[in-house]
Amino acid sequence: MAIEQFRIDDRLVHGQVVIGWGQPLGLTHLVIVDDAMVENAWEADLYRMATPPGMTLDVESVASFAAHPQPLDRHLGAGMVLTTNVDTMRRLVEAVPGIRTVTIGGLHHQPGRAPSLPYVFLSTEDIANLGALAASGVAVIAQDLPGSTPVPLGDLVAAGGV
Amino acid sequence: MSDAPAARAVVAGHGSFADGIVSAVGHISGRSGALRAVTNEGCDAAGIEAAIGRALDELGAHVVFTDLPAGSCTMAARRLARARGGVTVVVGASAAAVLDFVMGEAGANADAVRAAGRGRESLTVFEATGPARGD
Repeated sequence: MAIEQFRIDDRLVHGQVVIGWGQPLGLTHLVIVDDAMVENAWEADLYRMATPPGMTLDVESVASFAAHPQPLDRHLGAGMVLTTNVDTMRRLVEAVPGIRTVTIGGLHHQPGRAPSLPYVFLSTEDIANLGALAASGVAVIAQDLPGSTPVPLGDLVAAGGV
Repeated sequence: MSDAPAARAVVAGHGSFADGIVSAVGHISGRSGALRAVTNEGCDAAGIEAAIGRALDELGAHVVFTDLPAGSCTMAARRLARARGGVTVVVGASAAAVLDFVMGEAGANADAVRAAGRGRESLTVFEATGPARGD
């Protein structure tokens, strides 16, 4: 089964991911794509220890993920890729053909970001990167949990006031 | 002699989890000043870590109770403990565990270890003995 979930979430592996999405989708593997974490074994182990039984976690850079012979078809079960920011997801989409949908699961308040939803705050740079993703044919939505209504990028930007 | 409780801790978790634990333990023990609640709502990872750090400093505490092993508060508390040193993190908090902790006088780390054991022991299932009446 291919990796079909691509989530931008500044908390990466947490309850919404392993329980909220993990159980209904039957996720069996997570991949954090983060160039800095690849060099930080302690951070990677922190997330591995938080991964529940029955689910595996890989930590990769954009380059190593893209270099895999079949980057989206490497596991037998359902998978999710996580990045902590929009820029990394944009670089991943540019490097790996076949990513059709990107979901913003959580981008919380930081200086320079304006609120679009209670769990989505966007900067002008974020909006530019998300716009580039959409222009390349990728569907961009915000959805924190499976039961939430997906919010398309246009509505996020309209609500953002950046 | 100070009226300040000896055992103090920050409770951090999803939504209003920490508020509920702090409220319950305060009502039972009378030691509401021993605890400070932190929620992850609206915060990114760095924001949660900062909030837990502020709460520890304000309380003069060295122990953090969190709700879930895979929760963002646990991640933040563990990063903070690593950065600061001298901070104990207890994961899987319950009212029973936190109540045991605030009544302790053995020192932060020893109280935290004992409280975690108390929390494990308190988790009990009384299984249904038959079908529900009216079925």
